[in-house]
Amino acid sequence: MAATSQPAIEARALVKVFGETRAVDGLDLTIPAGGVYGILGPNGAGKTTLIRILATLTRPDGGSATVLGHDVLAEPDTVRSKVSLTGQFASVDEDLTGMENLRLLAKLLGYRGRAVSARAAELLSAFGLSDAADKQVKHYSGGMRRRIDIAASIVVTPDVLFLDEPTTGLDPRSRNQVWDIVRALVASGTTVLLTTQYLEEADQLAGRIAVIDHGKVIAEGTPGELKASVGAGALHVRVSQPDRRNEAQSILNDHLGVAVTLESDPAALSARVDDAERVAAGLAALTHSGIGVETYAFGQPTLDEVFLALTGRHAESEPEPDAGTDSVDGVMQKEDVR
Amino acid sequence: MSDTLAPDQTPADIDSILAALQSGERPKRPSLISASITQGWRALLKIKHVPEQLFDVTIFPIMMTLMFTYLFGGALAGSTKEYLQFFLPGILVQSIVFITMYTGVGLNVDHEKGVFDRFRSLPIWHPSAIVGPLLGDAVRYSIASTVIVVLGLILGFRPDGGVVGVVGGVVLLLVFAFSLSWIWTLFGLILRTEKSVMGVSMMLLFPLTFASNIFVSPTTMPGWLEAFVKVNPISWLVTSVRGLMHGNADGADIVKTLVASAVLVAIFAPLTMRAYRRK
Ligand SMILES: Nc1ncnc2c1ncn2[C@@H]1O[C@H](COP(=O)(O)OP(=O)(O)OP(=O)(O)O)[C@@H](O)[C@H]1O
Ligand SMILES: [Mg+2]
Repeated sequence: MAATSQPAIEARALVKVFGETRAVDGLDLTIPAGGVYGILGPNGAGKTTLIRILATLTRPDGGSATVLGHDVLAEPDTVRSKVSLTGQFASVDEDLTGMENLRLLAKLLGYRGRAVSARAAELLSAFGLSDAADKQVKHYSGGMRRRIDIAASIVVTPDVLFLDEPTTGLDPRSRNQVWDIVRALVASGTTVLLTTQYLEEADQLAGRIAVIDHGKVIAEGTPGELKASVGAGALHVRVSQPDRRNEAQSILNDHLGVAVTLESDPAALSARVDDAERVAAGLAALTHSGIGVETYAFGQPTLDEVFLALTGRHAESEPEPDAGTDSVDGVMQKEDVR
Repeated sequence: MSDTLAPDQTPADIDSILAALQSGERPKRPSLISASITQGWRALLKIKHVPEQLFDVTIFPIMMTLMFTYLFGGALAGSTKEYLQFFLPGILVQSIVFITMYTGVGLNVDHEKGVFDRFRSLPIWHPSAIVGPLLGDAVRYSIASTVIVVLGLILGFRPDGGVVGVVGGVVLLLVFAFSLSWIWTLFGLILRTEKSVMGVSMMLLFPLTFASNIFVSPTTMPGWLEAFVKVNPISWLVTSVRGLMHGNADGADIVKTLVASAVLVAIFAPLTMRAYRRK
């Protein structure tokens, strides 16, 4: 599992067509073993279809894919014994309890006798679900569902785990828990392939990212490379004294070393910049000059901005209030600097 | 949701997760029988959580038996008691064959909810996901059969075949029901909604059960209908069950019933599994 030269996943010219839709359209991808690999793309990009092909749930119409050297079409059962899938939508039995679901999977995977309940209880406790063990899954909260879903995927520790949008729809606390779980998985040697619509999530977790759109990879690299290709982060400032906005513009210009744009909001300015130190200095200078900073946001480019940069058009996904500048560590609140 | 669980306070514990991952070695793959039994266990757990399911195998057969015995008994055979001797094995077959339809409905729900995706991504004997629920259903059918036979005995049914004959009849019925269910599993997988599964099943079940010798002897029917009734496997089954229960079974009918069962499985099991694998 550790550092072998063999890639965890290799896809060549992969194609999957649903009627008129080319969900996966000549996709090439090489995913190294170990660590987290992020697949980033808007709604309908083909993320789920790709993952389902790799997990042997969907037959590709063209091209080839291997998991740890085993072809998904030629050796599906070998692939199934190496991978595990946590789908985008819950795939445990909602009518059964958490305990029953895990016991069911433990039995199906070959656990016998007392080991069945022991394994189920061990996982429930590790995932903080002991109290809910005997409740039907349909009564679980969103975060608990995600956890039971992931627990169900690691009854036997997989070599490769597919996580399809594991945090979509979760509150920040539950999302952080899922992130912690992903980090634990990686620490134990599992390769995690994670799809997401949030650049920030891929950035937090993934060592490498592929951006896909219309079933094709349109960019691939480390988060750093990707962000560099997109350009900088974005700084948005609203000043306390809008009448001195031009003065503020030249102060920021000096400190940031980039062009500062005046927004349509008469108090607002913005700049494309990713050097946090310069931003801090610029904001301090604004305060010092007496112009004052009312609010500001400094964050990574949103997925939409990445798309705009890569494809010259906006991503077709629904607006996601969670994404982009509203990021956990990308946003510094005003109080933080004072 | 009113009874969502109380606050989700317990966080996942990373060290325990790491420990759990370390001990997650793959055991030996289970045999196809134990995989099927595990899946059957899942079906029975569902009955525990959704006991309303048992209405289908208790209230429904009781209603059918009472209704048809008293509706038709007097008119068709002079007395209800006399009719019951002829009719009870028939209504038993009718009830069980009708309940098999729920197999397809249940499967459709699992399929749509993605539970099957989980099973399909496991390295197991895949037909167990279908065979298991069918085994669970056999338990339901046994309950329904017991209910009907006991009710029959109370109403005056007196089988000459004794316990052995009655049990033999029920077992043959269970074998046929298992085989017939593969039609519904196929529909459960290829149709989009439970409603359409229900609709198609009804459309097939009504002619199959009513154009049979369940209610009346085919000699009273017009020639074309009599011809159909004679080649209807449900009629073979009813004749066999009647024969077994009354101790005058004709081997030929039993053989024909078993051959029909085998043919149903031979055709519909592979089609079901193809639908299960494809998506
Ligand atoms: N079973 C199917 N039948 C028909 N079309 C499908 C099917 N599955 C996916 N598609 C189509 O294929 C395209 C890719 O879908 P896919 O679910 O892979 O996207 P995604 O990147 O996972 O999107 P999301 O972020 O919404 O989950 C979409 O246009 C979708 O409508
Ligand atoms: Mg998806």
